[in-house]
Amino acid sequence: MPFVAQQMVNALQLGSIYALIALGYTLVYGVLRLINFAHGDIFMVGAFFSFFAAAVLGLPFLPTLLASMAATALLGVMIERLAYRPLRHAPRVSAVITALGVGLFLEHFTLASVGAQPRLMPPLIASAVYQAGPVRVTTVQLVIFLVALLLMLILDRFVNRTLTGMAMRAVSWDKSVVPLMGISVDRIIALTFAIGSGLAAAGGLLYATAYPVIEPYMGVLVGWKAFVAAVVGGIGVIRGAMLGAFVLGGAEVLVAAFLPSTYRDFIAFGLLLLLLIFRPQGILGRREVQKV
Amino acid sequence: MRRRLLLLLVLTLACGAWGVASAQEIVIGLNAELTGSIPVVGQSSRNAALMAVDEVNAAGGLLVGGTRRPVRLIIEDNQDNPAIAAAVAQKLIYQDRVVAMIGPNASRDAIPAATIAESARTPMISPWSTNPQTTAGKRYVFRACFTDDFQGRVVASFVYNDLGARRAAVLYDVASDYNKGIAEIFRSSFTELGGQVVAFETYTTGDRDFSSQLTRITALQPDVLFLPNYYSEVPLQIQQARNLGYSGPVVGSDSWGSAEIITLGGQAMEGQYFTTHYAPDIATPEARRFIEGYEARYGATPDDVAALTYDAFGMLFQAIQAAGSTDREAIREALAQITEFTGVTGTMSFRGSGDPEKTAVVLQIQEGAFRYFGSAAP
Repeated sequence: MPFVAQQMVNALQLGSIYALIALGYTLVYGVLRLINFAHGDIFMVGAFFSFFAAAVLGLPFLPTLLASMAATALLGVMIERLAYRPLRHAPRVSAVITALGVGLFLEHFTLASVGAQPRLMPPLIASAVYQAGPVRVTTVQLVIFLVALLLMLILDRFVNRTLTGMAMRAVSWDKSVVPLMGISVDRIIALTFAIGSGLAAAGGLLYATAYPVIEPYMGVLVGWKAFVAAVVGGIGVIRGAMLGAFVLGGAEVLVAAFLPSTYRDFIAFGLLLLLLIFRPQGILGRREVQKV
Repeated sequence: MRRRLLLLLVLTLACGAWGVASAQEIVIGLNAELTGSIPVVGQSSRNAALMAVDEVNAAGGLLVGGTRRPVRLIIEDNQDNPAIAAAVAQKLIYQDRVVAMIGPNASRDAIPAATIAESARTPMISPWSTNPQTTAGKRYVFRACFTDDFQGRVVASFVYNDLGARRAAVLYDVASDYNKGIAEIFRSSFTELGGQVVAFETYTTGDRDFSSQLTRITALQPDVLFLPNYYSEVPLQIQQARNLGYSGPVVGSDSWGSAEIITLGGQAMEGQYFTTHYAPDIATPEARRFIEGYEARYGATPDDVAALTYDAFGMLFQAIQAAGSTDREAIREALAQITEFTGVTGTMSFRGSGDPEKTAVVLQIQEGAFRYFGSAAP
């Protein structure tokens, strides 16, 4: 079945990128119980930062990655400080509407400042195709797997093995007790936005490397899919977001591989809906108990 | 002093108001894709429209009923969004009271806008919409280009006869009227000729990953890959097909006709063929005059959308002058009776429908430029 093996490589590529974006949704939801609908557009801005680092400053791959992650992390922190923090105690629907507004703002700001025409991302990785048994793998795909895997490992370590990570988990658990331990909740939340946005920027660069035509609306569809991946995996659970992303990538690719591609999104998302009917909290999610 | 200033101000305002209210100006609307997924299309259309209107105004305006009247152009952005294209059509027709509307260009926008124009009994000419539905069953809607029915047959015959292909694969955007229409016509024409369409795969607007469909296509080993899609997606599709091991020729349709496709696609576009409306490198005298004027003004070679928009305005101007009136009904009658209009994209005539009779050309991309390969008559 060389055909299926090749489709699995395609699914891994999609899943790796979805995972980096889904992590941002899940991290922010974890600490704030806020669905950050601007996240898909933060991913888009990350791709444009990468584009400017690569095309205008002429940086190679690794410096582009670091510069774009840093710039986008700063943007995430600014968005949190200016748009979300003033609304932290407002009704939740206000925060969600603000998130949608921030997303539209980013889209149209990019549209107005860099223009509507699609841009070509310069190739940062020498393109070569390897025939590994039955499958063809490109250098770009290898870089995507490696970078995504590495970032996910670092994040997992950071959250589970460091004191700051422990503080993040504590904020996620109960925001009212954390200040009693001498931890600044504001600082932890800002850090979470920085990490989530930085990962989205990494996703943006990898996406722009794999699909080198970028434009201001590119984050909408990808953002939605990554959000679905985060929910399927169990929103708020970090490993769940990674798992959900690969499940979604696999579902999309396999449906298109064996059924008419017109039905791809319809069947792939239908399956995910079914899964949520039986496990509303997602694959790895825990049921939340409402305190009365 | 102050009183005199005030008087001057009142006079200026009065003149201004009189200028707007006067029936002297002929108001024409342009409904174009200035932003959205194909902004280059809208920008070319706007450039050509401004050029056409400025030329007429420099000559003193249009000769209507014995007097020369200037043309005023109102440009609106439809964001390449069908709902907004319809809203823009409504605004131009009911609020700006245009005598006729040019555009939209993409079929997905032109079809809903055409419905509005038809119900408002306002003449509309789409420069670039090739989907049959745009004009089907409508009295007030015209186009400056050939239709997909015609283009689909031309591509199928080119692929079968000139490339000698017998097994074709198609990948198209199922969410877009243009792509879907031409893909289906290609399939039936190619099958009629004796060829076989081995794969007929789809995606939706905004997708960037086509690897799953292309893996399936590559496994079926087609002789040719037909991609009737817009310029922002085609380069990614070819690149991904090559990475997955497809090495045969790729053929496209007039949606490829923007120079942007070469900027985005680079080496991957080299040697590929597509059918379109005109070839800038074998221009007629009319076309040469337009191309030189456009290059002098904008510093770029006009693409097919620019040429067709220019022709749409040319036909409209001819019809308004022939009608001798700016009455919408009279303009429609005059448009329907155009029996010979020599434009940048060739000679056109209307025979009982809104679709002109004209020819198509096949271009090949060579050394980063569009080169004439051959022409096809109906």
